[in-house]
Amino acid sequence: MSVLIIAESENNTLKRNASEIASYGVAFAAKLNISCTAITFHAENADTLGQYGVSHVAQVTNVPKHFDAHAYAGAVASYAKNCNATHLIIGTSADAKFMAPIIAAKLHAAYASNVVALPEEVSPLTVKRSAFTNKAFAFTQLNAEIVLIGVGNNAFGTVENNVSCKVETIELEGITSNLEQLSIEKVTGKATIADADVVVSGGRGLKGPENWHLIEDLAEVLDAATACSKPVSDMGWRPHDEHVGQTGKPVSTNLYIAIGISGAIQHLAGVNSSKVKVVINNDPDAPFFKAADYGVVGDAFEVIPKLTEKLKAFKAQA
Amino acid sequence: MNILVCISHVPDTTSKINFKDNDTAFDTSGVQYIINPNDEFGLTRAIWLKEKQGAQIHVIHVGTAAADATLRKCLAIGADKAFRVDTVAIDGFSVAQELAAFVEENPYDLIITGRESIDYNGAMVPGMLATLLDIPFVTNCVGLVIEGTTAIAEREIDGGREKLKASLPMVIGGQKGLVEESDLRIPNMRGIMQARQKPFDVVPAQQNKALTQEAAFEKPAPKAEVKLVPVDDIDQLIDLLHKEANVI
Repeated sequence: MSVLIIAESENNTLKRNASEIASYGVAFAAKLNISCTAITFHAENADTLGQYGVSHVAQVTNVPKHFDAHAYAGAVASYAKNCNATHLIIGTSADAKFMAPIIAAKLHAAYASNVVALPEEVSPLTVKRSAFTNKAFAFTQLNAEIVLIGVGNNAFGTVENNVSCKVETIELEGITSNLEQLSIEKVTGKATIADADVVVSGGRGLKGPENWHLIEDLAEVLDAATACSKPVSDMGWRPHDEHVGQTGKPVSTNLYIAIGISGAIQHLAGVNSSKVKVVINNDPDAPFFKAADYGVVGDAFEVIPKLTEKLKAFKAQA
Repeated sequence: MNILVCISHVPDTTSKINFKDNDTAFDTSGVQYIINPNDEFGLTRAIWLKEKQGAQIHVIHVGTAAADATLRKCLAIGADKAFRVDTVAIDGFSVAQELAAFVEENPYDLIITGRESIDYNGAMVPGMLATLLDIPFVTNCVGLVIEGTTAIAEREIDGGREKLKASLPMVIGGQKGLVEESDLRIPNMRGIMQARQKPFDVVPAQQNKALTQEAAFEKPAPKAEVKLVPVDDIDQLIDLLHKEANVI
């Protein structure tokens, strides 16, 4: 029995969420009193997982440089078998959610996604996960010899726990792919909704795409990702991958700032699992205020620049 | 082209979520059920393929007769035949196994599912199904072009899009973007009448063993009252976020 942490990377570097997944895996291994190792793909800084208590990393070298769900899932399943891993830990990024069910089916593992905490119960192993699009939690029993746990973004946080980390490069047999990558378009140098600590989101109250620099300026100060409500993406003001809510992307950040969004039930469902919600809206009756932690009743065009300026000063000081 | 669209039957997006039997079961009373939105985007895309390139569309659901009206709606908006694998669905893996067994008996060129259901949000059936069938799989799919036996599928990634090529048969995990909300079909009277005549088969289940089980549910703790900050005192907001909430 052992824990296997699947640490994702991108452009030869670990993704931001790798530290959280590693922290969760290390804590889980300690709870079960079993050993723990991590698997990475072309991550030049794989040894930095040592900061979170990972002492051994298997770096797979014979997989494509770009993320390939089939090949990567095959590598994870094959390595898990080789090292007798029983408890696999993965994230909830788009890539993680793509490969997780493939890994689970290959290993006949019991898979739970969107897990929000360490299991309280280990026999039978029961995990708390968000369900009903964040309107509720389910306590799910995992009844198989091998389990795969998808940890929700920002659900556990990172735990510093410095150990020395040995990175072993490995080649695995039988890695195949059935997908050919034709192209990839990706915003670079900007936090994404999936791994940002802060998300700044705009709604119809912004009045038009030409005003989005206000959202972007505020996001930049906070190193935040930008998002939008459904009507905004439906009207084509913002790209569809920024739409958060029930049929868009789920958001689970430490801080969610919603500006000019009234708070339809479907939008609230998508952002519910964010820890702290700030709502800025000129309508004091906007339903979002009922779901918010902090609120400002005011005109977005007045409040955002002020908030951006003040945050700049605050950040400069800190 | 033969297309199979897998349908999940879920509470309407505006439903209030409640539990019964000591919080061990979802309380369905007063809940309206709909086609899982991610599946409906996929079904609509399948109907487009049928209209433009010609195809037979079958829909399938793994579950009880409670979903029959949802499957009839699929027939009313353009599917040609419905199947229901008659069982109480317990988890994603057992559902994927039921679907895989069905597809092995009845091959399709393209299998479309939603990326996830909006009730249990497992996001596992499509990937497991493809893996059990050993065929390609693309999830979070927002674009799909079929030419002969080749598919070009676009998937949404964090902060962008990726275009992938695969050979049919394959499994697609659909979502909004595959078609837009305004493209969804509303059943008309003619469609509803025709749906009554369309074939609807109930298939016995294999009764596979589930690997996971929902033991209990919990609703989020009620939220404390929002703290309102006056519009002319943004410093106070920054102070609260820094000192009280500890998020900046």
